[in-house]
Amino acid sequence: MSEPLLQMRGIRKVFPGVVALDDVDLTLRAGEVHALMGENGAGKSTLIKVLTGVYRADGGETSLAGAVINPGSTLEAEAAGISTVYQEVNLVGSLSIAENILLGRQPRRFGVIRWGETRRLAKRALARLGLELDVDAQLDSCSMAIQQMVAIARALDVKARVLILDEPTSSLDDQETAALFKIMRQLRDEGLAIVFVTHFLDQVYEISDRITVLRNGALVGEYETAELPRLELIGKMLGRKPEIVDHAAADGDDGGESAEELLAASGVGRKGSVRPLDLTIRKGEVVGLGGLLGSGRTETARMLFGIEPPDSGSLRIGGETRRLGNPRKAIASGLAFCSEDRKGEGIIPHLSVRENLILALQASRGPIRLLPRAEQEELCAHYIKALNIKTPDAETPISNLSGGNQQKALLARWLALQPKLIILDEPTRGIDVGAKAEIEKLVRSLREKGMAVLFISSELEEVVHTCDRVAVLRDRRKVGELTGSEITEQRIMQLVAHHE
Amino acid sequence: MNDPLAKLKRWFTGGGLLWPLLGLAALLAYDFAFVDGFFRLEVRDGHLYGTLIDILNQGSKTMLLALGMTLVIATGGVDLSVGSLMAIAGAIAAALVTQSEMSLALIVPIALCATAALGVFNGALVSVAGIQPIVATLILMVAGRGIAMLITGGQIVTFEHAGFVYIGNGHFMGLPFTLTIVALALGGTSLLMRKTACGLFVEAAGDNETASRFSGLPTRWVKLSVYAFSGLCAGLAGLIAASNIKAADSSRVGEMMELDAIFAVVVGGTALTGGRFNLLGSIVGALLIQTLTTTMITQGVPPAVAPVPKAIVIVAVCLLQSERFRNEVSGWFGKRRATA
Repeated sequence: MSEPLLQMRGIRKVFPGVVALDDVDLTLRAGEVHALMGENGAGKSTLIKVLTGVYRADGGETSLAGAVINPGSTLEAEAAGISTVYQEVNLVGSLSIAENILLGRQPRRFGVIRWGETRRLAKRALARLGLELDVDAQLDSCSMAIQQMVAIARALDVKARVLILDEPTSSLDDQETAALFKIMRQLRDEGLAIVFVTHFLDQVYEISDRITVLRNGALVGEYETAELPRLELIGKMLGRKPEIVDHAAADGDDGGESAEELLAASGVGRKGSVRPLDLTIRKGEVVGLGGLLGSGRTETARMLFGIEPPDSGSLRIGGETRRLGNPRKAIASGLAFCSEDRKGEGIIPHLSVRENLILALQASRGPIRLLPRAEQEELCAHYIKALNIKTPDAETPISNLSGGNQQKALLARWLALQPKLIILDEPTRGIDVGAKAEIEKLVRSLREKGMAVLFISSELEEVVHTCDRVAVLRDRRKVGELTGSEITEQRIMQLVAHHE
Repeated sequence: MNDPLAKLKRWFTGGGLLWPLLGLAALLAYDFAFVDGFFRLEVRDGHLYGTLIDILNQGSKTMLLALGMTLVIATGGVDLSVGSLMAIAGAIAAALVTQSEMSLALIVPIALCATAALGVFNGALVSVAGIQPIVATLILMVAGRGIAMLITGGQIVTFEHAGFVYIGNGHFMGLPFTLTIVALALGGTSLLMRKTACGLFVEAAGDNETASRFSGLPTRWVKLSVYAFSGLCAGLAGLIAASNIKAADSSRVGEMMELDAIFAVVVGGTALTGGRFNLLGSIVGALLIQTLTTTMITQGVPPAVAPVPKAIVIVAVCLLQSERFRNEVSGWFGKRRATA
C-alpha cells in the first residue's frame, strides 16, 4: 500500500444552527479510487466543498503530500492539485470542446488567443484520457458522456494529483459508464487519487478500492471495499445494525390481498429514468417505495403522476387502461402527488393558506365555477383543525408557516380532492419530530378510510412502521417486494444489497 | 381577523395600494399649491370640464392598457406589443368606417377580435413555444406597426363618422364617455378575477408555475388567456386613440405607451416577478403617470425633457414600495424599524 497522498483530519464545519461536519477524517492514497458514501445530509458535499476551497473548515487540518494546505477558493485548490468535476457539469454548451477544456487559461500572445495552440493543448488533454475527438465541435452537440469526459479533461491539469468526481454516472447509460470507468482506471494507474461520489452500489463495488462512509455529518469509518459486504455497507450508511431483527411491522394484516385493485402498472418505465417495473396498489393499502437515495423512488412517483410520463408498459386505474400524459390527467383519474420539493413544486409562496389549500380542488372545477367563499372557509377550518395546522388564520401567506405546517397544508390541498391514491414523496423531510408523527398518523388514518397511499421515505424506520407492502428499488429498477411481517429494516437492506 | 378595519388595512398595505395613492396625493398637493386653477371645474353645455377631467380622459388609454398588462405581469410575463396593437385596432376601424357600409356595432367587435387574436399569437409564442415574453411580444411591437400601415395603405386615414368620434370625444352623464369605458372594463375585469377562479389561477401560475401545474392548473391556457386579454384591452385603447384625433395614424399612435402601462402596473404594486396583482393599484398608477404628464405640460416643461422628472417620480414610488428600502431608511434615522 502506498503512503497517504492527502489527509484530512478532524474536519469540522458549522453552519448557523447545524453542525454539518464533526470530526471527519478522509485519507486518500495515490493510485486509488476512493468511494465516498452516505445518505442525504450525511455531509459528503460539505466535505468535498471544504476540500476544494468552497467552504473553509471551522476546525481540523488538511495536508497534501505532507504539506498543510488551506485552500480559500477552488482556484487555490486547483493550483494545489485538487481538481473537481461537479454533478451538474459546469461547461459552456455553446462553445467548442477545445474552448471548454482551456476556458480561462487559453495560451495567448500579446493578449490574443493562439487558436492553433489551444486546439493542440485540448487534443493533448483528451489524448491523456485515450480520446480522439473533433475539438472544434460544439459541446451541445455531444452526448452527456462526452461532455462528462470533456469536464474531466478540463479538470485534469498537468499538476492534478487528486480528482473528485461528484455523481459522474447519474446521467450516463451502462456503456457510457463503462467507458468512464476505463478512464478512471487508467488515471488511477497513473497515480492519481480519485474520489468517487455515487449512489449506485454496484458501481462502488465495481471500481472503488476503499470506501469512506459518513452519516449525519460524522465519520462512520473507512473500509477496504473487498472486505466490506454490501449489507454491512448499507447498514453503516443507514445507521442500522443488520443483525437486529425488527418486529415492528407485524401488526399489519395481510387481508389486503383480497381488496379491490386500484392501480396496476405492468412494465411501466421511462428510458434513462426508471427501468420497466410492475406495481399493484389496492384500495386502503399503504405501499412503500424502499431503496437508497437515487434508486429511482422519486422518478417512479413522478412517472406514475404523469410529470415525466412513462414511454413503455401500460397502466390501469380502477380496471381501466389510462395514459397519464400530464398531472391534470393523473388528477382526473384520482391520483394526487405531494412532491419532495415543498418549496419548488408544492407551495404557492405568496398566496394565503386558504388559496393554497383549495388550489387543486378549484383546478378540477375549472376557472369559472369558483368554490363559494363560505365553502372555502369551511374547508380550511376543517383541515386546519383536522391536521392541526398551526397558522394565525387562513389568510396568512403560506410562506409564513413552518415547514411542517406547510407540508400539512399541502396534504390538505390533496385531501380536499378526495383522491383514490395519494403519492407522498418524502412527506416528513425537514420537518420537526412532532409534525412528523402527526403525518405518519394521518397516513395510517387515510388507509382506514379506504384511500391508497404510495409512500416514499429515506427513513427505513418510517417505511417499516407505515407500510403494508414495500417495493424495493435499487439502481433504478425494482428488485423485490415485501408484504406484512416480511417488512423489516433487515429485509429491505438485504434486498437493496442483493447482487445477482 | 375578520373585523372590517383590519381587512381594510390589509387591503391597503398588503396590496401595495398605499404608496401609489400617497404619491398621487403628493403630486396633487403640489399642483394645488403651484398650478393655478388645477382643481377648477366648470360646467359647459351640461358637461364637466377642467384639468382633473382632462387627466381622467387622457389617462383612459393608459388605464385600459394597464388592466391587461397587470394580468400579463402577474403571470411573470410582459407585453411590449400593446402600443402597436393600438395602431392595428385604429387602422382596422378607420379602414372599415371609411371604406365599408358596416355598422359600428360590427366594426368595433371586429377590431377588438383582431387584436385579441394577435394577443393569442403572443400567448402561444410564450406558453407553447416557450419564448421569453419580452422577445415574443417584441415581434409584434416591431411588426405590428407595419401591419397597421398595410391596412391603411401607408396613409393617415381620417374619418368623420359621428358614432366612432363619440367613443373618444363624446360625453355620457356629464363626463367623457371614455371614463364609462374604463369603469366598465375595470368593473368587468375585477368581477371576472374575483368572482370566478380566474384571479386565483393567474396568481398561482405566476407565483409558482411548477407547483400550479402539479396541482392540475392548466398553466398554458392561463398564459394564453392573459395575453389575449391584454390584446383586447390594447384594441379598446386603440379605438379611443383613433377616435380622439379622428384619424388612424399608424406610425405615431400608442408610441411608448407600452412603457407607461408597465410603469403603471409596477407603481401600482404588482411585482414584475409575477404572483399577486392589484388592478386598482394599476389604475392609480396610470393616473399618477397621467397627472405627472399633465402637470409638466401646464408647467411648461419642454416635451423633450419631460421623461426626466417622470423617471424621478417613478423611481421614488418604486423605492417607497420596497420594504427593504424603507427599513434601510428608518435604520439611518436610528428610529424604530418598520414592521412587516
